[in-house]
Amino acid sequence: MNIEIREQAPFSVVTLGGDVDMHSSRQVRQQLLDCLARKQPLLVDLAAVTYMDSSGVASLVESFQVARKQGSEFALASVARPVMAVLKLARLDTVFPIYTSVEERLARVD
Amino acid sequence: MNARAAAIEVSHLVTHYGARKILDDISFAAGEGEVMVIMGGSGSGKSTLLRHLLGLNRPTSGSIKLLGKDITQLTADEMYDLRKNMGVAFQGGALFNSMTVGENVELPLREHTALDDNTIRIMSRMKLEVVNLAGFENLMPAELSGGMIKRAALARAIVMDPKLLFFDEPSAGLDPVVSAELDELILTLRDAMSMSIVVVTHELESAFKIADRITVLDQGRILMSDTAAAVRASEHPRIRALLDRTPRHETVDPEEYMERLTREILG
Repeated sequence: MNIEIREQAPFSVVTLGGDVDMHSSRQVRQQLLDCLARKQPLLVDLAAVTYMDSSGVASLVESFQVARKQGSEFALASVARPVMAVLKLARLDTVFPIYTSVEERLARVD
Repeated sequence: MNARAAAIEVSHLVTHYGARKILDDISFAAGEGEVMVIMGGSGSGKSTLLRHLLGLNRPTSGSIKLLGKDITQLTADEMYDLRKNMGVAFQGGALFNSMTVGENVELPLREHTALDDNTIRIMSRMKLEVVNLAGFENLMPAELSGGMIKRAALARAIVMDPKLLFFDEPSAGLDPVVSAELDELILTLRDAMSMSIVVVTHELESAFKIADRITVLDQGRILMSDTAAAVRASEHPRIRALLDRTPRHETVDPEEYMERLTREILG
């Protein structure tokens, strides 16, 4: 698993790659929560994720709820097919804001 | 076998309880992301086969490969690791009665992972959502109906996202609607998680609805192990008897029968 964070105003873009599983999801959770602690709007780019298990999804759920509570934006972008299947299983595809790409969301910035 | 890698490969499995042979030369394979139904009447050996697939019993001879590892050769530590990739939903649920539904579902995560408590609780609730038990995590097992217990047991079985899922008699004791819902759920899990799923059942309707492949056991032997369509079309008289629900009339081998009745009693 690899994780990259870059600033692309006004967003922090967190790019995940590889397998997000029980061994790596703790790190993902921590990074997402750290970004949220800085009250930044977050885009999570999932294009390069080859596998995400439910611990990874749970980390996204927790982060999304933290963002909602503090009123900051949290969205997923480029959700790879294996991740979408897992999101759909728990009907979370209808819950997260999902963009086809990071660029799609950035293009909407006023 | 098709092009997919075999998730389960059983070769020439022979097992005994005491001197009695229960399974005789069992060989079959199930691919990744397939639902394999093990079907057979009472006493056919299907529960014994399941116990061996789970590594709860050691066979007399033969091999059982799960995810490429022969479990008859594994050390206890290796088996422990493999079990993290295996989920089991037992027939009676096997929930811990002193723990809430939520605690039961969380248990494998608490035993096997170092995940954050929030993550564990969210994962457990996600799986309760999947099995349609959302909001029931604070109930005790004694407060659940039979169908709910099965679903809670299934939630616990899949909470670690196992590669292999074993489900013993999902339909037994359930009304047809609940039973059909469980069948749907099994197919959803196969498709969403690419799980390889072994279902032991004697419910024909359910078997044909969910199975990619069916292994038919009869008196400890495999009658057939093939696609669901091939089994349905089979002309084999014992398979027809099972499918058409005709009673069987076993031939009795007097020698063997008397030996069974009197062994260790009459010298």
